[in-house]
Amino acid sequence: MQLTLEGVSQTVSGEPFLYPMSLALQAGQVTVLLGATQAGKTTLMRIMAGLDKPSEGRVLVDGRDVTGMQVRDRNVAMVYQQFINYPSMTVFDNIASPLKLARATHVDERVRELASKLHIEMFLDRLPAALSGGQQQRVALARALAKNAPLMLFDEPLVNLDYKLREELRDELTQLFAAGDSTVVYATTEPSEALLLGGHTAVLDRGELLQYGPTAEVFHRPASIRVARAFSDPPINLLKAERCAGGLRLDDGTVLALDLPEEAPGSLVLGVRASALREKARPGDLELAGQVDLAEISGSETFVYVQTALGELVAQLSGVHELDLGAPIKLYFNPSQVHVFDAAGPLLKAPQRHSEAS
Amino acid sequence: MAQIQLDLAHAYRPDPQSDADYALLPLKMTFRDGGAYALLGPSGCGKSTMLNIMSGLLVPSQGSVTFDGRDVTGHSPQQRNIAQVFQFPVIYDTMTVAENLAFPLKNRKVPAAQIRQRVGQIAEMLEMSHQLDMRAAGLSADQKQKISLGRGLVRPDVSAVLFDEPLTVIDPHLKWQLRRKLKQIHHELKLTLIYVTHDQVEALTFADEVLVMTRGKAVQLGSADALFERPAHTFVGHFIGSPGMNFLPAQHVAGVLTVLSQPVTLPSSLRLPAGSLQLGIRPEYLSVSTTETAGCLLAQVRQVQDIGTYQLLTCEVGEHKVKARLSPETLAPAIGSNVHLKVLDKHTCFYQNEELVA
Repeated sequence: MQLTLEGVSQTVSGEPFLYPMSLALQAGQVTVLLGATQAGKTTLMRIMAGLDKPSEGRVLVDGRDVTGMQVRDRNVAMVYQQFINYPSMTVFDNIASPLKLARATHVDERVRELASKLHIEMFLDRLPAALSGGQQQRVALARALAKNAPLMLFDEPLVNLDYKLREELRDELTQLFAAGDSTVVYATTEPSEALLLGGHTAVLDRGELLQYGPTAEVFHRPASIRVARAFSDPPINLLKAERCAGGLRLDDGTVLALDLPEEAPGSLVLGVRASALREKARPGDLELAGQVDLAEISGSETFVYVQTALGELVAQLSGVHELDLGAPIKLYFNPSQVHVFDAAGPLLKAPQRHSEAS
Repeated sequence: MAQIQLDLAHAYRPDPQSDADYALLPLKMTFRDGGAYALLGPSGCGKSTMLNIMSGLLVPSQGSVTFDGRDVTGHSPQQRNIAQVFQFPVIYDTMTVAENLAFPLKNRKVPAAQIRQRVGQIAEMLEMSHQLDMRAAGLSADQKQKISLGRGLVRPDVSAVLFDEPLTVIDPHLKWQLRRKLKQIHHELKLTLIYVTHDQVEALTFADEVLVMTRGKAVQLGSADALFERPAHTFVGHFIGSPGMNFLPAQHVAGVLTVLSQPVTLPSSLRLPAGSLQLGIRPEYLSVSTTETAGCLLAQVRQVQDIGTYQLLTCEVGEHKVKARLSPETLAPAIGSNVHLKVLDKHTCFYQNEELVA
């Protein structure tokens, strides 16, 4: 199913919630709406679903104008942050309800198949209230999938679950999305979730659509400083820089030898992803010395916040690094691994990647 | 301050028969005087039960709690001299910040000069000095929770300060600042701090030692490094790290290791018990080769995800899924192709009945 937005905007009591945007979603694939809270993700989804009518613009389904068509007249499934199930129905009946409504055949078989995919087949006879939060959300997800709607909308469906459950369910959902042919829209505030879901990503920021493209491509080549900020966690390190002969110069006088496009202006911003900073030097690296502000440890990764002459930087190191507050540290990065932006915003240069080189 | 020793178990029902009847299975545990500890596990793992037993809100159904060798099992939180910080702010809205911070000291009849000095010190640490004369009612949820933290830390003579998910209401981008504050404060005040959370980042970042719990069982007490490198229990391997450790069933008979019916040559230095084992290797340590090498497992590539800062490879060995993290610079093998997984490495762990054996 091809969903297209043409110049859609939304104003609520005089306040702009969405600025005019046009977007042709990849049919039959996953589109991630990535943005912080208040970016406009839910507003946009409600327009896609037909729950709200946009102030301006048109919504097209397979070329047909459906702007203003009620949600009940459209074939859409939606899953919210909160676990919404029918409290008086068993898990089985919850999942079966859209199938019965559509007078589908093989209801029993379909319900059991979905329940087994989402690992809730042992709870089919229970009421939702007897389940944990994670299990209740699985029921809501199974019901949405049972509908097998050509358009499925997921509004931060995993946000209220703890991280191991999120990891498991995200993995299962990615596979279910890949196996189905529905057009899926999935809203999240987390860059890492967008990357794990893959597909395409639309970056939203304060009601504006900033960029739409294949997820990894948007991550590696953010069109502007705003996109780079929105699509980084930990935040991308942004340093003021000036164009100079053969490259650019940082505030402390360090010069990076770089091939910049001719149109590059004098005022630049250097973007260094946290993962581009390392503790071990490699040939051609630049060095940044500082003191540890905090080492935030997740297990697989340690985010080290470092106070340097250029300001506070954050480095993403693989594995566990237990570093004392205030300890001296040296960080290294290679000039080939940086992003360069026009200080006014647009991307001028992105790191070259293996897949592009080969 | 006190050294806290637990030698106990707790069941909410009388006459527990099986493991499932216990909220907290029998355990022996010592918390060092002046140490920073975290109790980490998913909801329902028993961490809050354990905290309530330490604070004196709950009397264990068997065994004892001692503070510096003194039996306090039947003592109230006041008698134990415990300070507590909960998920939500517990403060007096009509009082000023200074009055709120002073309250626990006044209650204990501390001389006025000493109160002023201590309140000043705590306010300074929490960066609230400029707010001392403001009424608590007008402050944001974040600020109110900071007062709660301050009230917990203000008494220098407490046996321990217990925190129950204290950063739940804190805005995500302020969380790391407070984690840092708590770590700093621990270094300066040298209080015994015990911190309950389901968030692995919070636990690993804050604590010197983390107690990982699952289904009422304390499975490992260790530093972040130990939990990541040498998980003592398969649950720790799974829970710490994202994605968690890979586990593969293996059989060991007289120096020959068979992993999923493929023989793997064991180095002579490795001593393994005979019989059924589980081989555990983290995605970060699993090397993947496209050429056949001795002692490797043959696997098929099922999925390659570009996670931006690394590539995540999902392979199948028979029915088993195995994940590997590849550096972004490596060219990932094609989906469907055969690869060889080097499952024996200095980081490989072996488990028998879920417990680490080698």
